[in-house]
Amino acid sequence: MQKDSVAGTLTIAAILCVVCSVLVASAAVLLKPLQEANKKYDMKKNMLLSSGLLKDPKADKEEVLEIFEKVNSEIIDLATGEELEDPPENFDQRKAAKHPNFSVDIAGSADLAKIKRRSKYARIYKVMDGEQIQMYILPVNGKGLWSTLYGFLAMSPDFQTVRGLGFYEHAETPGLGGEVDNPSWKAQWAGKKIYDENLEPQIQVVKGSVDSSDPDKEYKVDGLSGATITSNGVENLLRYWLGENGFKPFIENELRKSEQ
Amino acid sequence: MIKKVKEALFEPLFDNNPIALQILGICSALAVTTKMDKTLVMCIAVVVVTALSNFSVSLIRNYIPSSIRIIVQMTIIASLVIMTDQVLKAYVFGVAKEMSVFIGLIITNCIVMGRAEGYAMKNPPFMSLLDGIGNGLGYSVVLIFVAAFRELFGSGKILGYTILKTTTEGGSFQPNGLALLAPSAFFLIGFFIWALRTWKPEQIEES
Repeated sequence: MQKDSVAGTLTIAAILCVVCSVLVASAAVLLKPLQEANKKYDMKKNMLLSSGLLKDPKADKEEVLEIFEKVNSEIIDLATGEELEDPPENFDQRKAAKHPNFSVDIAGSADLAKIKRRSKYARIYKVMDGEQIQMYILPVNGKGLWSTLYGFLAMSPDFQTVRGLGFYEHAETPGLGGEVDNPSWKAQWAGKKIYDENLEPQIQVVKGSVDSSDPDKEYKVDGLSGATITSNGVENLLRYWLGENGFKPFIENELRKSEQ
Repeated sequence: MIKKVKEALFEPLFDNNPIALQILGICSALAVTTKMDKTLVMCIAVVVVTALSNFSVSLIRNYIPSSIRIIVQMTIIASLVIMTDQVLKAYVFGVAKEMSVFIGLIITNCIVMGRAEGYAMKNPPFMSLLDGIGNGLGYSVVLIFVAAFRELFGSGKILGYTILKTTTEGGSFQPNGLALLAPSAFFLIGFFIWALRTWKPEQIEES
């Protein structure tokens, strides 16, 4: 058979396709369990790093998993704030936010975080100290200048003070908006207050630095210089996620429970 | 024979560098050079893909019908890149995540295709393998050069170790924002080509 004949060309093409697809498919199937494990581990690590429970990003696996032992995760319905009875298996909030059955549109005026749609459910974390809740960790996301920022907000059990805020994924300008990752900027968040006495989010990311004589300084965080839009994005996404359309029903539930 | 081996391996480093002389593969040289660790993974991936694609194309070069040869090469390259991507995701997840699409984009790296079509189609497998490794290394030389400058001036570090302490961490070095943005790689590659052509004037094109 001539290699340049029609039959020869088709045969070679067919053989090549079969060989290549077998190779690619087997690589994908064989490595899948490892990749899935990596993804899960990565998510845990991001959560611990953002919330400030884990300080060193180069921490080894045992340390991360050890800290994670204290963390309980729950899937809640954002509208009612209740824990789901039988949560969907392998729930992934970011995928759910794009899925028509699992997400809702956010009305333009309420869409402070500019994310257009959000998942109906959310995976939240309770860090336990024995039976006591030590900290709540809530996933947040919202638009900055170029990209959507994804991160976690850690709060005290009474939801009065912030324990930490961090973003694990964004594509803001390095050196400007990208400074949301700067440890000294993130350190400011610990101890700040978000809610006033009526449970309205009052947090502000101000331009420049916070005046130390300001009576409301607990509600204010220094802006990132040269990154006003990213700073505003952070403020807005916190206001959205801690407001009526975000975690507020859940927070009210939890506070009621702890009063009883 | 030894001379030929040496030529295939080391000529692409400076005498016939795929980026500096042939001006191929610039795209990824801009994208993955902000940090040295990303760059090294990218370099290894490109060396592996170029070497193996050259080898496989050369192995079947006498059976490839000339009318579909580009598609055959493309299929082989694409399969190798996807497998590399899968392996990276399984074993070095952190770096693979940061590089996101750029591993997949090795498929479109002109160096890989250029060597498959330009060398592997006419030469035996072993020499093609060496030529692939050589060109991968030539690509790596430029990328490592660019990444060293960008990481040092952009964040004061090399491979994550602090060399110059930045002002935000309490030192005295003001990081250069431009170094972190893609255009700086153009300048650096330009300087690299300038230096190379001053050293080896025979590379200067006649105008």
